[in-house]
Amino acid sequence: MDSTLSRSISLKINGRAVQATVDVRHTLADFLRHQLELTGTHLGCEHGVCGACTVLVDGRSARGCLMLAVQANGREVTTVEGIAAADGTLHPLQQAFKDLHGLQCGFCTPGMLTTLVELLNDTPDPTEAEVRVAISGNLCRCTGYQAIVDATLAAAKTMRGTAAAGGVR
Amino acid sequence: MKPPAFAYHDPGTVEEACSLMASLDNARLLAGGQSMMPMLNMRFVMPDHLVDLGRIAALSTIEERPGALRIGAMTRQRDLEHSAVVRARCPLLVDAIQWVGHRQTRNRGTIGGSLCQLDPAAELPSVCAALDATITVQSARGTRTMPFAEFPAGYMTPSLEPDELLTHIELPDWPRGHGHGFVEFARRHGDYAVVLAAALLVTDAAGTITRASLTLGGIGPAPVRVAAVEQALVGHVASPALFRQVTEACRALEAMEDIHAPASYRQQLAVVMSRRALDAALASIAPAGH
Amino acid sequence: MSTTATTAMPPIVDPSRPGDSLIGASIPRLEDDALITGRGRFVDDIHMPGLLQAAFVRSPHAHAAIRSIDASAALALPGVHAVYTYEDFKPHFATDRLVVGLPSSHYKQDHNRQVLAADEAVHVGEPVAIVLADTRYIAEDAATLVDVDFDPLPAVSDCRAALAADAPLVHRESPHNLLAEFDMTYGETERVFAEAKHVFSESFWQHRGGSHSIECRGCVARHDALEDRTTLWSSTQMPHAAMRVICEILGLHENQIRVATPDVGGGFGPKLVTYPEEICVTLAARLCGRPVKWIEDRREHFIATTQERDQYWDTEVAVDDDGRVLGIRGSIVHDHGAYTARGINLAHNSAENVPLGYEVPHYAMNVKVALTNKVPVTPVRGAGHPQGTFVMERLLDRVARELKLDRAEVRRRNMIQPDKMPYRTQLKARGGQWVTLDSGDFPACFAEALQRADWDGFPARQAKARAEGRYLGIGLSNFVKGTGRGPFESVTVRIGPSGKVHVYAGAAAMGQGTRTMLSQVVAEQLGRDLSNITVTTGDTAATAMGLGGSNSRQTVVAGSSAHVAAQNVRAKVLKVAAVLLKAAEAELEIVGNEVLVVGQPSRRVELGAIARSLVGTAGYSLPGGVSAGLEATEQVLIDDMAFSSGSAVVELEVDPETGGVHILRLVFVHDAGRMINPMVIDGQLAGGIAHGIGNALFEWMGFDENAQPVTTNLGEYLLVTSTEMPRMELHHRESPTPGNPLGVKGVGECGVIPMTPAIMSAIEDALSPFGVRINQTPITPAQLYALIENGTKERQA
Repeated sequence: MDSTLSRSISLKINGRAVQATVDVRHTLADFLRHQLELTGTHLGCEHGVCGACTVLVDGRSARGCLMLAVQANGREVTTVEGIAAADGTLHPLQQAFKDLHGLQCGFCTPGMLTTLVELLNDTPDPTEAEVRVAISGNLCRCTGYQAIVDATLAAAKTMRGTAAAGGVR
Repeated sequence: MKPPAFAYHDPGTVEEACSLMASLDNARLLAGGQSMMPMLNMRFVMPDHLVDLGRIAALSTIEERPGALRIGAMTRQRDLEHSAVVRARCPLLVDAIQWVGHRQTRNRGTIGGSLCQLDPAAELPSVCAALDATITVQSARGTRTMPFAEFPAGYMTPSLEPDELLTHIELPDWPRGHGHGFVEFARRHGDYAVVLAAALLVTDAAGTITRASLTLGGIGPAPVRVAAVEQALVGHVASPALFRQVTEACRALEAMEDIHAPASYRQQLAVVMSRRALDAALASIAPAGH
Repeated sequence: MSTTATTAMPPIVDPSRPGDSLIGASIPRLEDDALITGRGRFVDDIHMPGLLQAAFVRSPHAHAAIRSIDASAALALPGVHAVYTYEDFKPHFATDRLVVGLPSSHYKQDHNRQVLAADEAVHVGEPVAIVLADTRYIAEDAATLVDVDFDPLPAVSDCRAALAADAPLVHRESPHNLLAEFDMTYGETERVFAEAKHVFSESFWQHRGGSHSIECRGCVARHDALEDRTTLWSSTQMPHAAMRVICEILGLHENQIRVATPDVGGGFGPKLVTYPEEICVTLAARLCGRPVKWIEDRREHFIATTQERDQYWDTEVAVDDDGRVLGIRGSIVHDHGAYTARGINLAHNSAENVPLGYEVPHYAMNVKVALTNKVPVTPVRGAGHPQGTFVMERLLDRVARELKLDRAEVRRRNMIQPDKMPYRTQLKARGGQWVTLDSGDFPACFAEALQRADWDGFPARQAKARAEGRYLGIGLSNFVKGTGRGPFESVTVRIGPSGKVHVYAGAAAMGQGTRTMLSQVVAEQLGRDLSNITVTTGDTAATAMGLGGSNSRQTVVAGSSAHVAAQNVRAKVLKVAAVLLKAAEAELEIVGNEVLVVGQPSRRVELGAIARSLVGTAGYSLPGGVSAGLEATEQVLIDDMAFSSGSAVVELEVDPETGGVHILRLVFVHDAGRMINPMVIDGQLAGGIAHGIGNALFEWMGFDENAQPVTTNLGEYLLVTSTEMPRMELHHRESPTPGNPLGVKGVGECGVIPMTPAIMSAIEDALSPFGVRINQTPITPAQLYALIENGTKERQA
């Protein structure tokens, strides 16, 4: 194998160790979607504007279309499939998106959720303006963003309540 | 919209990277990838080799040196944004970085990548111009430094040889308590600016300006230091009225024109953004009399 | 793979409480559990063994002759399986044109698309060849190696220039570039204008851009040789239309093609068109014997997916001294693009919408539909209606200014009064039916919007801001929008032996919550347990007839058919249950998946048992003398549209030094008749409003003078982001329509309609000291600043 054309990589995806051989030019998003069939991560523009492909790399939000799969070697990647608890309990953000209609077609939703998971980890009590800035790099054509913002503020409140009650999240 | 075929290299040291760049034909460097990857996906660039600097830890540093901060080219924008050291010693950079792209792109994007991309409307090149940064570049042939003013060779073109890579940026200190202001007009939050302005001020106890720096981005092919305005400021007591008066000179600057804005509009924004940046700089000076 | 699913969710509505209606309940959507956990199934999520990936070779020229195509270098690339051109496909065509235009007597020429360009390409992005390879990466490599010898020809970019006598021809064999012309006329405009006290004229440029669903188009085709059937999974709004067109072109019958929609990541109009790529992928899969996937990328979406673009209007309004409209007349030149991909409905809608919400006694609009060397124009969310509303509302602002009347007062004087409902206008819809407004209280809706936005208190706010050097403005717009275009949607409701209630609809979901809506409507009749309902939409194998998703129609037409079908099934359930339980029908209630005798819980029978009793046992009669099976299929016929209406008020600030516009407040009062799920209606409205703000301030699909597109990425073409959106204050009134059994109206497009006029009205108001007048949409900060600068100069002169 010519290591400049394809590479073996090892990484953790949603807590699971993964080893794979990848073409070096394949993006992280295509690797997740087509090689691992983790199709929750969506591609909306492939030039880094729409944010639908956002995943967490070592806990930090990143555009999956602007990273090569080889660059994820040794990293820990979280996709929308890995946000809920292991027992399937929805993340408070997921629950709030559902309860408050924070999605319609659902295509931008994975990138919104991953981005907002990072926001609420960094900023547990965000203002509306901070939420809007956090998702300013995620395009949604369905919702006008309002229900997403409201769902995020509601989820933040839930999470603060859980944290105050000694919860683990 | 998929990248063309290329050979991938991920050297672990600057020296290895330099030797690759010396030996490979049609090679491009990959820093944070937030501009290079879109260009690859759209096949605007078609390199035979891609040399990824991501593994070179020595380039991801924020070093405090006497009189300057020395920043490794691969330092992520996010790390600059959240660095207490940067906030204390180079607040203009922190002001500016709020305007750079979005959370996801700042997590990956690097200062060196942004400087080498050298988009005329990007924030970080203008910060370097405003601060009179020093650029260090390295190749297998050796190391050289240059003032940032000499770094742009043309529109989106740094004065780098094909085998050279940008390794460090030195941002000279401004005196403690200096004024700093960064404003821009963009169509949407996180977009490249139409026009941006970065201002630095030092005033004495009487409020008289002893040193000034004013830079405009988005108006020329590279960041523009507006020496005429800087000179007109020094020696006068800082005030909004003064700023209003002296920034009018920005209207005479030669300005780019494109499908989104005619030159005259950019000149108008140059005047307004300059004035607002200076106002912000003055407001940031430790509240003395106000 | 179609959107069939069941959900185990606790019932929000307690089925045992008779008053606990599902109609009008803001129930979280049934679609969401999959979508928030990454388990949605969009077209690019389909994987199957042997799948080949397609990329298209497209014309880089706006107009060119094709001399030859050489695919040998592409075919030599490892991983490439086939390259097909028009010549390769030709033997397999029954006809080579996509005849998809709506009927009209106004066409002067037919320009239907070929599946692949043969010897002439007429817009940038027109497909010329399809490449199949192991990966999309390799397919794109190969596409660049297909050598097409183009001979560039003169191109037409501007639709007005297209109609000049010496204009280059969009199609080199055409006599001219006028595709269609018609007049929408009633009354005696000539006399009225000759006699009128006041006549004001205005010219407008209106532009709308692309749909830009975050999911681009895409499709997967798999041919099953055993069954001689090809299945096409397509991200389309109209699977049944796609199936018909594919059959026509390939000379196949209905059992040989199945079109099904997976989850669709937004439609917004252009996905209603049947596209050349869908034909190519279907045929390629049949020819190469392996399944084929094509996923449109964003750049292709900019150059190959249909758009709405330019209209140029010259208009006049005649009014009396009180500002009452006597008549409106004018002309429109409409950019059609290079082919007919839907018809002239857009231009029709625009002209029809102008006088819709007001009393306009005399009206004459001439419409010219011009060919240009650009991607075809078809509806985008709003479908021409926003342009009509823009013109009417801008004219009313002009009348108010000239006659020194309050802008709100001018509208009040011209609105159609509620006692006139139903109000038959003098307009005819595209199918020839009279346009009749069915219900609504426009003045009350308008008054509520003004009151909520504190219209009367604005002058004080404005004066205070001006004293601080800030420029605030307020603007308003009313609108009326025909929704629920008929003639019908087909829905089958069937209770299976399992006791599950299955709904099969010709409707097509594209993210708007169709499954939830249908479930609410059907469950309301059949036990009120949403978890007991399954919904299958967008699958030609499940429903023989279907019109699909467009024109804010599905709740009206599919909802009505679902409602009646569910009622019919309910009647049969009760009839059979009465026999089985030896009770009177009036004593029975359906609760969850059972039928109970009210007050006697031990006397009950499961829906499944009733269904099983009706599947028949050889030699035994059915109970109760009913017909076989527990199902009903309905196509409730609805010819007249249900007219939604509303009023928007926008308060904003303009930075006169930059031309930047910042929306401070947005009040929207809407009337969509009876509401099925208010939370979902809010979501639909909000999305439309965002789209409308984009059309006012951001979205511009630019072309240069050679018809080369200049905004082909999402950095150049600006969609509204979260930071540019104001908080929206949404309010509802309910004027049920008599036009359908549920009393519902559509909502999907409504948010868009009043936004451009309301925003321009507010900007003018903010900048009244500069005398700024806006007769275009969108307007950029640079353009607005130029108007401000002009006004400043004039003021100084």
